[in-house]
Amino acid sequence: MQSQLPLYPEQASNFAPQVDSLMLFIITVCLFFAVGVTIAIVWFFFRYHRRGKNEVGIPLHGDSRLETLWIVVPLMLAMAMFSWGAVIYVDYRHMPKDTLDIYMIGKQWMWKAQQPNGIREINELHVPVGRNVRMILASEDVIHDFYVPAFRVKMDVVPGHYNTMWFRPTKPGRYHFFCSQYCGTNHAIMGGWVIVMEPSDYASWLAGASLGEANPLGSGEKLFTEKACATCHVANGTGRAPSLNGVYGAQVLLADGSTAVADDAYIRESILQPAAKIVAGYQPLMPTFQGQLTEEQVIALTAYIKSLQSQPVPTKGSGVAPAKGKK
Amino acid sequence: MSETFALPNHKTPHEDYLNATYGIRSWLLTTDHKRIALLYLASVTFFFFVGGIFATMIRIHLLTPSGALVTPETYNKLFTMHGVAMIFFFLIPSIPAVLGNFLIPLMIGAKDLAFPKINLLSWYIYLIGGCFVLYSFGTGGLDTGWTFYTPLSSIYSNSAVTPAVIGIFINGFSSILTGLNFIVTIHTMRAPGMTWFRLPLFVWAHYATSLVMILGTPVVAITLLLAGLERMFHLGFFNPALGGDPILFQHLFWFYSHPAVYIMVLPSMGVVSEIIPTLARKPIFGYSFIAGSSIAIAVIGFLVWAHHMFVTGESTYAALTFSFLSYLVAIPSAVKVFNWTATLYKGSISWDTPMIYALGFIGLFLIGGLTGLFLACLGLDIHIHDTYFVVAHFHYIMVGGAVMGYLGGLHFWWPKITGKLYPESLSRLAAVILFIGFNLTFFPQFILGYLGMPRRYHSYPPEFQVLNVMSTAGASILALGYLLPMVYFVWSMRYGPAAGANPWPATGLEWKTPSPPPTENFEVTPEVTWEPYDYSKRPDLGLVAGAPLAPAHGDD
Amino acid sequence: MHRTGELYGHFETLEQQKDSATLGMWIFLVTEVLFFGGLFLTYSINRHLYFTAFGVGGNMLDLRLGATNTVVLIASSFTMAMSVWSAQTSRKKLLPIFLILTLVLGFVFLGIKYVEYKQKFDHHLVPGRSFDLTYRINHAGPGDDPKELAAERAEIADALRTEAPGNPHEALVALNAHAQLYFSLYFGMTGLHALHMIVGAGLLVWVIRESFKGRFSASYNTPIEIVGLYWHFVDIVWIYLFALLYLINRHAV
Repeated sequence: MQSQLPLYPEQASNFAPQVDSLMLFIITVCLFFAVGVTIAIVWFFFRYHRRGKNEVGIPLHGDSRLETLWIVVPLMLAMAMFSWGAVIYVDYRHMPKDTLDIYMIGKQWMWKAQQPNGIREINELHVPVGRNVRMILASEDVIHDFYVPAFRVKMDVVPGHYNTMWFRPTKPGRYHFFCSQYCGTNHAIMGGWVIVMEPSDYASWLAGASLGEANPLGSGEKLFTEKACATCHVANGTGRAPSLNGVYGAQVLLADGSTAVADDAYIRESILQPAAKIVAGYQPLMPTFQGQLTEEQVIALTAYIKSLQSQPVPTKGSGVAPAKGKK
Repeated sequence: MSETFALPNHKTPHEDYLNATYGIRSWLLTTDHKRIALLYLASVTFFFFVGGIFATMIRIHLLTPSGALVTPETYNKLFTMHGVAMIFFFLIPSIPAVLGNFLIPLMIGAKDLAFPKINLLSWYIYLIGGCFVLYSFGTGGLDTGWTFYTPLSSIYSNSAVTPAVIGIFINGFSSILTGLNFIVTIHTMRAPGMTWFRLPLFVWAHYATSLVMILGTPVVAITLLLAGLERMFHLGFFNPALGGDPILFQHLFWFYSHPAVYIMVLPSMGVVSEIIPTLARKPIFGYSFIAGSSIAIAVIGFLVWAHHMFVTGESTYAALTFSFLSYLVAIPSAVKVFNWTATLYKGSISWDTPMIYALGFIGLFLIGGLTGLFLACLGLDIHIHDTYFVVAHFHYIMVGGAVMGYLGGLHFWWPKITGKLYPESLSRLAAVILFIGFNLTFFPQFILGYLGMPRRYHSYPPEFQVLNVMSTAGASILALGYLLPMVYFVWSMRYGPAAGANPWPATGLEWKTPSPPPTENFEVTPEVTWEPYDYSKRPDLGLVAGAPLAPAHGDD
Repeated sequence: MHRTGELYGHFETLEQQKDSATLGMWIFLVTEVLFFGGLFLTYSINRHLYFTAFGVGGNMLDLRLGATNTVVLIASSFTMAMSVWSAQTSRKKLLPIFLILTLVLGFVFLGIKYVEYKQKFDHHLVPGRSFDLTYRINHAGPGDDPKELAAERAEIADALRTEAPGNPHEALVALNAHAQLYFSLYFGMTGLHALHMIVGAGLLVWVIRESFKGRFSASYNTPIEIVGLYWHFVDIVWIYLFALLYLINRHAV
């Protein structure tokens, strides 16, 4: 728990010590200037207090060297602050390769998380310590924000967009998370707990927690059949649409010659706005499923397609771009 | 001749702009910039009260973690209406429409602004906008946050959004017309000899402010119009279900609302730039740097808006650019602080109330401005964005900065505006109470923010209570600091001793006319041959031994 | 109203008065650029995102009427410039004639705009509950040109295939939503412009009245000049609107 008069939250993620050090640096620099200026002002205030009714001050119009000094020095310090912060931010916005992916949906006024194996949580998030965790954030209504003070991370959850964030928990425990973008009446109570567990505990929790009615891997596979995706996306590449074996995370060659990475956003776009990117060698035949699938179903389908990563990729009839650009 | 009355310790008043004509029509249909300034004074003070009442309720409600005073819906309306009232109807007009209107013609040696009737129109437009907003407050209130983020404001909110948006839209034109008036006036109506680099820094500050007003306000006007139309007619500009984008709203909104904060702070920096050289009786250190930094702040201020959007998922490149530029915009402000401090060196510093306010401004603006560096820092902003850290930061600048500057300006020019002096010891005490109360209210909020308490929360986890209680306790002291001037200013209008033309004395043109000034400001158009804040070549100021001065002020 | 031509009390010289008025109008026009600018930005972004639907919407605008309006406004700018010239050369009889011509052309513009708006209303292209892009082709009336209708039908079919191939129902929903965005911006931008035209007409009525009293001459013609500035600005905005709304992605018919 925290000390009697805490000035900062617990440090429970890889980012926390970095952010706190940066904070300390900026505080030090700012304190130096604040104290310096304050001392100067207080000193002058007393030292040069008016003594006679008609006393005037001694005119000093300016000094270009002084001006240059107090432009350049603050500028350099500002650049130091900028650079340090930029480094952390770029790291934060750049998802690492091997992540545990968790989907988080925000809606007025609750959070729904989906673990990789399909376990659903409401207002709670179990994660293993020491693993890179990537959160994929979606909103069902207004803008929300997922914020874990102990991890020093947050990201807005915007309707119509997918946002991603990542962190690596470093200390088991229970940490508050909050909604931190005003979203209406119960914005203040739209929070919950992140529970960081040892990897073995996390594994047992995953296995032991009831799957409920929806295992997104399983339900994704069901949907794939129900919605007739399999009719065109034949696994061996002989269908009207490219096989989806191995496509997740791969480079896809598009009809206009460009390539795209088949990440979550690409999969989602392909389902909801299929005309946006057509795979090379295929016709724009796919209907859109906008309005026919809930967010959960899109996520389930994505999970299923992701599970096809390990399936054998047919030599003909796949969207995966050939290596080294050879046709 | 109008009837006059002789008071025991007053000279018989001459004819001035206050008593030249009588009757409510002569005030409501005036085109005299000085009277219009007072009309604005009354209306911005009214909205300050409105916003202040909401603030009081907010702080009382936050004494307990579960929030016992009001329901969540009501709390959300309180902070929204507090923001809307304070920002659009108090802070943005305050110094420009009250002090700017009153002083700019006097400071440049003109008889009035370039467009006096448009000046009056500005005030009426402000009132009409205010009426719409008050109507919104009274018929269900507003609960979207003053930032009106979509789709919450355009689709999901059930509060009186449309009239509020209309009111702010209309009020924007008041701002635009005022800025237009100031720019034209400063360009075309300066007295002979009043060159650009002889202008008082207060005028430079308002010129820069006016640039921001005329360029930024139209954008928020059209943005709010689009959001209002979306709400009324179910259009889809910002609604993802209809092909729109909520982030577009944020870009358009912040394109104005960031420069808007410079509208709020630049004028008060101008006030400080007048008070310090005057009450230290020496020229300001680095005049051209202070003038130039006002323009720099106005220009760079237009380039930083998306630092409010670092965690919206905007591109990393955008975030890097806006963070970098946000650091740049801090530099001109730092330049001002250093120059003001250097001005005090080897000055003859009076401890009069305006000086207390000016120094208080510097102290509080220092903290507010420096904490901006924390927020501009990308890595740090991920943690402190949308927490109480931000709330503390902008209150330090808006309240600790802009309002202190506004009050300091009122105290500095009160003798000129009313011809009366206010009680010196009481006013100094009020300034100190304000400074202390302010720090007690808002400093704990920095800590709250870093600890992770998000803003706009009607209830909070119990571990945040101690700091919240400290903040509310400070607020009660702050309130006292605001009430005292209202009391003694009113008192001074009836019982204060006569001020005379130039009690400080100050070197500006506005002090060369009687207090209060006659309607046409100057009997004869002045001709300027001296540099600003030049005490060495101004024997007319009475600082030569034996020369008569206006009635003494305080301890001088 | 103050008597025009006299020195207002707060100015020192007539020159200062004129400089102020002109600078004031220029600055006002700058604010108008920023005002329309927000709309233009929104339009540009959305056109980029939904170029198919915007293309369909744009082709539903009547190019002949739009082009006519453009010619009308350019002509009115010419007559306005002639008014300013008349005033500057003290041609007191000619001045009201050119001003009235400008006003008449302005009314012609507004009249044609009204016809266009009415067309959109009849074709259910006004954003709102009854918006339906396909209304016209499904409810062809005797006044409709069959070739036009056929072209529109083909264009909409094309667009539906692009929006959501193989799923006509969803495609229609998407196309309607995006086209509604187009028409919201169309009405927003042209409506705001028309509002400015009406204000301009009011200003013209004012200076026409004053010009009949012989108030303007080479020594004093500031109101004509600043009304001229305003009028030219409104004209320029229309030229941009015409290009952006009517001409981009225009199909030959």
